[in-house]
Amino acid sequence: MNDQRTPLLSVRDLKTYFFQDEGTVKAVDGASFDVARGQTLGIVGESGCGKSVTARSILRIVEAPGRIVGGQILWYDAKGQPTDLTQLDPDGHQMRSLRGREIGLIFQEPMTSFSPVHTVGNQIIEAIRLHMGVSKAEARRRAIEALRQVGIPQPERRIDDYAFQLSGGLRQRAMIAVALSCDPRLLIADEPTTALDVTTQAQILDLLRELQQQRGMAIMLITHNLGVVAEMCDDVVVMYLGRVVEVGSVDAIFHQAKHPYTRALLRSIPAITTPPRVKLHTITGSIPHPYNRPSGCPFHPRCPERLRGLCEVAEPALRAVGNGQSVSCFLYENRA
Amino acid sequence: MKATQDQLLLEVKNLRKFFPIRRGFLQRIVGQVRAVDDVSFFIRPGETFSLVGESGCGKTTTSRCILRAVRPTSGQILFRTGDGRVVDVAALSADELKPLRREMQMIFQDPFSSLNPRMTLLDIVGEPLLVNGMTDRAARTERVAELLKLVGLRPEYMRRFPHAFSGGQRQRIGIARALALHPRLVVADEPVSALDVSVQAQILNLMLDLQSELGLTYLFVAHDLSVVKHISERVAVMYVGRLVEMAPTQDLFYTPKHPYTEALLSAVPKPDPRLRSKRIVLQGSVADPANPPSGCYFHPRCRYAADICSRATPTLVELEPGHFVACHRAAELKLTGVV
Ligand SMILES: Nc1ncnc2c1ncn2[C@@H]1O[C@H](COP(=O)(O)OP(=O)(O)OP(=O)(O)O)[C@@H](O)[C@H]1O
Ligand SMILES: Nc1ncnc2c1ncn2[C@@H]1O[C@H](COP(=O)(O)OP(=O)(O)OP(=O)(O)O)[C@@H](O)[C@H]1O
Ligand code: SF4
Ligand SMILES: [Mg+2]
Ligand SMILES: [Mg+2]
Repeated sequence: MNDQRTPLLSVRDLKTYFFQDEGTVKAVDGASFDVARGQTLGIVGESGCGKSVTARSILRIVEAPGRIVGGQILWYDAKGQPTDLTQLDPDGHQMRSLRGREIGLIFQEPMTSFSPVHTVGNQIIEAIRLHMGVSKAEARRRAIEALRQVGIPQPERRIDDYAFQLSGGLRQRAMIAVALSCDPRLLIADEPTTALDVTTQAQILDLLRELQQQRGMAIMLITHNLGVVAEMCDDVVVMYLGRVVEVGSVDAIFHQAKHPYTRALLRSIPAITTPPRVKLHTITGSIPHPYNRPSGCPFHPRCPERLRGLCEVAEPALRAVGNGQSVSCFLYENRA
Repeated sequence: MKATQDQLLLEVKNLRKFFPIRRGFLQRIVGQVRAVDDVSFFIRPGETFSLVGESGCGKTTTSRCILRAVRPTSGQILFRTGDGRVVDVAALSADELKPLRREMQMIFQDPFSSLNPRMTLLDIVGEPLLVNGMTDRAARTERVAELLKLVGLRPEYMRRFPHAFSGGQRQRIGIARALALHPRLVVADEPVSALDVSVQAQILNLMLDLQSELGLTYLFVAHDLSVVKHISERVAVMYVGRLVEMAPTQDLFYTPKHPYTEALLSAVPKPDPRLRSKRIVLQGSVADPANPPSGCYFHPRCRYAADICSRATPTLVELEPGHFVACHRAAELKLTGVV
């Protein structure tokens, strides 16, 4: 990440744990990264690596028995003044006005995030009134405008529909309309297109890009789909077992990946550009159970390049390796 | 279609499956969902044939007709059985179907809900064996051990319950179960779409290995074009209940001949930021199979549509050997495939 860009958000050594009878799940265990203003940051990693919990921690909506147990989440206001979100009351006035107003959120499954008993329009109108303090008529006008902006046909009519009356693609658009209705400075999109067909996905990604250009908002894009990352992101964070193992520009991550995990992940995906019926590379073993985190580097049991006597005992730190790229791996400790 | 029946494992001819739409207090039939609408294709023994297309285009309904989980509205499903007979699965009674069931097996999408949580691996994988007469417990245990090894699971695990396994491991259990009776056709409906990317690769590799080891034939159903390209020898693209294109994998991906295939291929994001390109973004959404447009179902969204496209329905024709396409303008268009 570039030093000249003042970040919008800076996550420092974040730790979010779930305390359960059977053991503690260290869902996020020392993650650090920055979101630059007006840019798109991709967060990738296998299922369970802590992507969603990171997003929920930033919004302070981690549910019990989960809790932020360490680190900082620095939010920089328009004047560049930081506020540590971990220090705020999750239900307090300041956090509530950040959520929705300054930071918009799109979830993977729009059905669960819309209320079944209120129309889509009412939910957008509610959000606008809560954050912008405008009259009901004005809020309705803005809501129709928001629906039109995300490409929903006949928004004057659709505004009175319930979520279940919309197709998957329209529902996802309505969700984006809600998230954007208050003109946030950061949009957190957690798997925004995973449930959609490629053609609808292409429409939604184009829409996000267009809206970002118009408004200069930053996007934190969480996804499994490395194709989506390659197409959308400026920078990429790779997570493994609650930690950031590599950060870099999208080009560096796809063409000069350093961490053995990043390299293995990239090799394992069937891409539309690879020839048919050739065996794919796979990452050996599977993700450890969250109660049994490995010692040392969390990736060492699956790592083809591990350094015996070192990787299983000591934890590598995230170090800059030049070009804005950072990696947490002993193979690069001396070369930083 | 030219391939002669004696080389084919399966030949589907003019398959239709319509679902009635009922409304009101009396549940009167007010219309039909044309889920599968005049679909014809064939599968050769030992190959992987895939159906691909957007949600709701009729992929699952087609495979459910072949397995006779639903009864087709019309058409023929000619299947060559182990003893060399060709039977029309579409016309069989429930009793006549029974011996056929073991020859066609299914791998399900969701490895979490498709396995009974109260059964051990031994019972899950051994159940089809038991149902088909392998009552000797020792013999069954031995065969289950063999099957588990085949799919890369340790036989020692057979007393465990499914919850103790990861998504990828559960999908392996489902595959072991499907292979228990030496099926001649394996239908896999979105077998990897619920799995994590890195696990998808493992399961796809396993399916390729098992195919060459056991000479399996796959009907593979998926919406992910990258996955389909990876596993298939031949691919058919469906749109609103119809086949619009069918070709060997290489031809379909590199020289598509249907505008819909071209648009689908261009929409797939490529995992390389240096290949960011202008995509064809289709306007509007998929047509409603209860109320499809006139002529070519794709014409309202097609950038190449001409006058004839809204008037006449194009038929599936063999434009080049093995490359079938249903588009009025297919012969003159120069379309772009994967670059
Ligand atoms: N409410 C909860 N209670 C207990 N553990 C939880 C809870 N929510 C998440 N976890 C655990 O925290 C870890 C990280 O989960 P998270 O949802 O952030 O993963 P993810 O990277 O978003 O995965 P996916 O790609 O599957 O969405 C996982 O091990 C998960 O089981
Ligand atoms: N039992 C049913 N009754 C009524 N309509 C049905 C039924 N099953 C499927 N359909 C309809 O038939 C059409 C084809 O559905 P089908 O499940 O075959 O699509 P698909 O291609 O498998 O989609 P997906 O990718 O979402 O799995 C859809 O419009 C669907 O709503
Ligand atoms: S028949 Fe016409 S509308 Fe249909 S795909 Fe071909 S050109 Fe497009
Ligand atoms: Mg998640
Ligand atoms: Mg389906």
